[in-house]
Amino acid sequence: MQTKKFEIIEQAIDVESIRQKVMSRNAGAVTLFIGTVREMTKGKKTLSLQYEAYPPMAVKMLEQIEREMLEKWPEVKVAITHRVGHLQISDIAVVIAVSSPHRKVAYEANEFAIERIKQIVPIWKKEHWEDGTAWIGDQLENVPYPKGHPELEEESQND
Amino acid sequence: MIEILFFAHLQETMGQSNLAAPLAGKTVAEIKDWLENEYPLLSLKQVMAAINEEFAVDQTIVKDSDTIAFIPPISGG
Repeated sequence: MQTKKFEIIEQAIDVESIRQKVMSRNAGAVTLFIGTVREMTKGKKTLSLQYEAYPPMAVKMLEQIEREMLEKWPEVKVAITHRVGHLQISDIAVVIAVSSPHRKVAYEANEFAIERIKQIVPIWKKEHWEDGTAWIGDQLENVPYPKGHPELEEESQND
Repeated sequence: MIEILFFAHLQETMGQSNLAAPLAGKTVAEIKDWLENEYPLLSLKQVMAAINEEFAVDQTIVKDSDTIAFIPPISGG
């Protein structure tokens, strides 16, 4: 079976296996973004998190992000795995590996990927606090998407 | 018939993840209105729709055997 570049999985993510997916003899730099579960957000203590996805669409959107990246940076290779299910503090929720001949593009393209994930990939997190739970949304948007799809913005308020 | 999918808080409000409904030929906006009428606790404001796993606009018509998913504001990463 061919290795999948984009996956939504329920098990712990093996970071090294994601890095290996982007290796090539042309790579001179690999950036790894590892998103982890944070305990404190704006003074509120998270006990654990639950992630849910619409997996087939999430994979399609990750493939779209790859196409956007290749338009901007034709020489990059990218692999992304997002975990769903119940996660504890410090667990790894997402890993993005980007390789490129040179380091600057590897950094830029990796940041582009996480920003786009937060805009177009159908994944949701539910916070479990000491005093209750809530599904989190509106990381970037406060109004319905006016053009029918999420748009690229400069800054993420919440990561 | 069309298949309707719910996620995150919408799924909790509905008490189910999916629903089949005889709404082929309706637009996304009409389906949202229909659901909000049938399920008064459900609010689909600020909720995106995807048809067959692609984002869709309010005017898009949903065809027979399509799957429409309601995508609340996302929070992955």
